[in-house]
Amino acid sequence: MLKRFAALTVLAAFGGQVNAESLTVVSFGGLNKDAQDKAFYQPFAATGKGTVQAGEYNGEMAKIRAMVQTRQVSWDVVEVESPDLIRGCAEGLFEPLDWSKLGDAGKFVSGAATECGAGIFLWSTNLTYNSAKLKTAPKGWEAFWDTKTYPGKRGLRKSAKFTLEVALLADGVKPAELYQVLGTPEGVDRAFKKLDLIKADIQWWEAGAQPLQWLVAGDVVMTSAYNGRVSAAQSEGHDFKMVWNQSLYDIDSWAIVKGSPHKALGEQFIAFANLPQHQKVFAENIPYGPTNKDTLPLIDAKTRDQLPTAPANLANALQVDTNFWIDHGEELEQRFNAWAAR
Amino acid sequence: MSEVLALESAPSAVQTQRLQRQLQATKRRYIRRSVLLILPLLALLVLGFLTPIGALLSKSVENPEVAETLPETLVQLKNWDGQALPGESAFSALGEDLRSARSNGQLFAFNRRLGYESSHLSSLSGSVLTRLPASGKPVREALLNSVPALADIKTWSTLKHLGQPYTDFYWLAAFDLKKDAGHISAVAPDKALYVDVLKRSLLIAALVTVLCVLLGYPLAYWLSRQPARRANLLLILVLLPFWTSLIVRTASWIVLLQSGGLINNTLIDLGILEKPLQLVFNRTGVLISMTHILLPFLILPLYAVMKGIDSRFERAAISLGAHPFTAFRRVYLPQTYAGVTAGALLVFIMAIGYYITPALLGGPGDQMISYFVAYYTNTTINWGMATALGTQLLIIVLLLYWVYAKVSRPANRPA
Repeated sequence: MLKRFAALTVLAAFGGQVNAESLTVVSFGGLNKDAQDKAFYQPFAATGKGTVQAGEYNGEMAKIRAMVQTRQVSWDVVEVESPDLIRGCAEGLFEPLDWSKLGDAGKFVSGAATECGAGIFLWSTNLTYNSAKLKTAPKGWEAFWDTKTYPGKRGLRKSAKFTLEVALLADGVKPAELYQVLGTPEGVDRAFKKLDLIKADIQWWEAGAQPLQWLVAGDVVMTSAYNGRVSAAQSEGHDFKMVWNQSLYDIDSWAIVKGSPHKALGEQFIAFANLPQHQKVFAENIPYGPTNKDTLPLIDAKTRDQLPTAPANLANALQVDTNFWIDHGEELEQRFNAWAAR
Repeated sequence: MSEVLALESAPSAVQTQRLQRQLQATKRRYIRRSVLLILPLLALLVLGFLTPIGALLSKSVENPEVAETLPETLVQLKNWDGQALPGESAFSALGEDLRSARSNGQLFAFNRRLGYESSHLSSLSGSVLTRLPASGKPVREALLNSVPALADIKTWSTLKHLGQPYTDFYWLAAFDLKKDAGHISAVAPDKALYVDVLKRSLLIAALVTVLCVLLGYPLAYWLSRQPARRANLLLILVLLPFWTSLIVRTASWIVLLQSGGLINNTLIDLGILEKPLQLVFNRTGVLISMTHILLPFLILPLYAVMKGIDSRFERAAISLGAHPFTAFRRVYLPQTYAGVTAGALLVFIMAIGYYITPALLGGPGDQMISYFVAYYTNTTINWGMATALGTQLLIIVLLLYWVYAKVSRPANRPA
């Protein structure tokens, strides 16, 4: 009798949970996930549309590919970087999105509303320096090449992507024309020739935490670094400054995994998360730029100045051309690797 | 004479035969039982080890992208002589194939494969699809005018060539070679990379091995001469870093070696240096930390061998009038060869596949083969290239092992 009663109680408890549909949302973890939890997951669950199971990954497309191929899709909404978004979309790993259900596509910054992705935020790569150690502040990437005024090592990410752009920007190419120039063999030669000038002074980083650690240790005088990381270091009390002129930015997006059993709820979640009032909370917790143009006016001026989407910061910034890197990436990375190893 | 012999031996021959049969039957039973006993292990080895490795390695020659994307086009091109541009049927088949590839999501792999051959071909499918006339209309004329690549006979012969199920492309590329119209030639010097990487990997592994032997031999010798209790304590000190995570050890070397790190700061404070030495993010840092990490792999086998050597041999040589150094060189040293070769081989084979330490402590000029295997597997998802480089590494290790087996067999038996 007691047993039957216990079984009934357990059944009832489970039955109660099944009623609310549960959505699995997978992001890149860390501070980013904490901010998403505060800004998106908890408020969404509070609306009663469904609960959110938060997961994290490191951008491994192989996992998503395996799920789609075996039709065992356990992730619904994922945060993806733009190269993976475009590749995954072409490979059929993501559901094409119906923008009529996601809000007004015209309200989003360019590149945020695509076939399979809805932009979450903009992140950027900036010239960063320790203002306690430099007397004159650098204004742009030309300072990287000025080894007389700023003697010492410079940190750059070890990849052709970002490095070739930086070289051409420092050589005076305007952001608007950059990928046209880089698309020609002469443009590529020009970038490598420019890099030859300071090759011995470059210290290459691979993980986003490295350049900041080097700045603290005094290994480098200036470096390229991700803006979210720099802001986090600033709030820990380091006297780092970012140069927004000629910064490079890219977008992380929401995508729905192909064959997700909760596609409709996933669309509701994306529409909800991309509303200005929720993007505002996210940007206040981690300084990445909101993609919805209506969000910025809601944010106080001090926080806004630290965001890549602030008009002043975006004025002379370059959007990384993901399609260019998908077409030419492997060829240029190979040449870069051969060049760097010489 | 022979008849007599045969008569005499006949009964015993029958007996012998019967005995032999029985013996063979027992032997067969024994073998059968042994095979049954090791069967689970064998199955595990084949299924869990050889099959996955084989399947992965076969990816280095597989070439499915174009064959899967353009089945109809390849049928149309089967009897094409390659002298003039193909006819309407091939053009319309190409259009249809690309259309269905787009809806099946196959285009990404297809474009990328074409891009490996020649970077301008990676946009071919896109330009064809945007300029394709509606179904039923003549395709050849429309495409010839709007897609210049299709007016080039070379494009078509490339497509036909890429339709083959197997390719040597990745293998050649792993040795900085390429194939143009059947001729194998070197790639442009500004793109040549892997031969240098291979030489560099061998060089770094060899240097680390030599450093490990130079440091490890005296240490193992000293350890083997300590009383048992102290030797055990010291061995724990050798093993302690061995139990620490590889990443932790590598990261702590960065803390020690960087410009503002412990070593440089101490040397500057003592007035020995004025400017910090560049000890990390270059070859020096890689060699220091790899030697440190791999040292236990040399010390342990060497210590085991040295522990088993009877010290009376050396004393006997000295008492017979040999100089202590001569006694060491001619009596002791040859007895440790087995330990040195085993340890050195272990260190070398482990060192040549090293990835994380050079990645964190080296510059771009210090990356080894595994770095590029990881790069192609994770970053660009070009498994053909990753497995070709992986196979290259596997073959080198197998060759080295074979050389080692040949060289070491007669000499290394301790007397």
